[in-house]
Amino acid sequence: MADVTTLQYTAEHEWVLVDGDIATVGITAYAADKLGDVVFVELPQSGSALAEGAIVGEIESTKSVGELFAPVNGEVVEANEAVVNDPSLVNSDPFGEGWLIKVKFTELPTLLSHTEYTVLVGE
Amino acid sequence: MTDTPPTDRTSPLHDIHVAGGASFTDFAGWQMPVSYGSDLAEHHAVRTSAGIFDISHMAEILVSGADAAAFLDYALAGKLSAIGAFQAKYSLLLDETGGIVDDLVVYRLGDEVFFVVANAGNRYPVVEALTARAASFPGVTVDDQSDDIALIAVQGPASRSILEATADLTDFSVALDELKYYWSSDATFDGTAVLVGRTGYTGEDGFELYISTGRAAELWQALVTAGEGTGLIPAGLASRDTLRLEAGMPLYGHELGLDTFPVQAGLGRVVNLRKEGDFVGRASVETGPPAGARVLVGLTTEGRRAGRAGYPVVTGDAEVGTITSGALSPTLGYPVAMAYVDPAVVESGDPLFIDVRGTKIPATVVTLPFYKRAAN
Repeated sequence: MADVTTLQYTAEHEWVLVDGDIATVGITAYAADKLGDVVFVELPQSGSALAEGAIVGEIESTKSVGELFAPVNGEVVEANEAVVNDPSLVNSDPFGEGWLIKVKFTELPTLLSHTEYTVLVGE
Repeated sequence: MTDTPPTDRTSPLHDIHVAGGASFTDFAGWQMPVSYGSDLAEHHAVRTSAGIFDISHMAEILVSGADAAAFLDYALAGKLSAIGAFQAKYSLLLDETGGIVDDLVVYRLGDEVFFVVANAGNRYPVVEALTARAASFPGVTVDDQSDDIALIAVQGPASRSILEATADLTDFSVALDELKYYWSSDATFDGTAVLVGRTGYTGEDGFELYISTGRAAELWQALVTAGEGTGLIPAGLASRDTLRLEAGMPLYGHELGLDTFPVQAGLGRVVNLRKEGDFVGRASVETGPPAGARVLVGLTTEGRRAGRAGYPVVTGDAEVGTITSGALSPTLGYPVAMAYVDPAVVESGDPLFIDVRGTKIPATVVTLPFYKRAAN
């Protein structure tokens, strides 16, 4: 599990871990908790071009549907097949094994710090 | 009636839910537990052992008087005078146009006493309608006791053994192993009166326990203690919704509403047109809905993407229906949905699709319920 204090966040409740020009993206524990038990995950294929802010995937729980927004412009280099096969990883380890996609980006937009995100969700 | 619906009410069991790690959702102005961690685990617990639910937001209305039975025959769609003491009956409260004001469970507690349980969101419309309809029945009183009564449901195959093992839950007027489905028993919990109904909203065997709010927390703890080792866990409204959906049970505001005739919802049998005398909504129900009015059906799909409330049902390019409830069924492993669709399409057997956010997924019409527990 990543150190959540070093991650960056979006207002759509995604976390972004930056390593060189690769961003690993997942949804936060707050978002996973709000969704309830995740039972279906659809992710963009490796090689897909992403436009920041576009809906690129879906995370469904028994009771609702969450959308995955692309937090950066770039190209998907890996989608987490383990999560597609076992969506409960989003609940059990949202910041770790429950990661969703890795994106090769050219420029990083301004994202929220852990402190800013914590304020946003009021926790 | 000058009461305005409160907006942020909490159950008498609220502190227990907070201590148990519940997350909460607003339901009809109440902050009620949606889950205690995993709604799937809670769902499976009810199917395989037991779950305990706090549904204290439900409304309880005591109807009494010498003409109480005749009054309810007039006020409700069913023939309540036909049930015996301690029997329960599912019924509907209709308006003059035949629309559904609420669906209810009515327990007969004696010759002249009935206990009407309404949905939380319909408490005030039901109380107002019953009070207005009682005007022509002198001596009948309609007493809204919702603020004083808590409701705990224990549901699942282990529920009977849990109630039997619950400390201080005694004095049953009918032994639990003899209590039939949709019957109730008087009991006491440490000296406090409890009404125990063999009723529920999950498709499993189970019980609903009505007790004064001041003793509800102790009863909850006693039930949980009795359930240790059985797999009993607290369960929230998220699992309650998937359980009732699998069991094909309608939810007011989704499958039922003022614009729904009972027959459209498959509830024609709940309206007793053979009973003598008039009842509210009778003329409209006898006329029936317009020809071609949509009817409630069960739909199943393959894969794991579920149709959700509001999603269109289509054939070719034509929209022929709308989903009212849908989820990936935790028990069955495939998506299930209830939907109102044009009856001609159901009869024609034309291929139906659910439009899941732009993707058309083939759907099969099935007979409700989706899930039925094995006979025991």
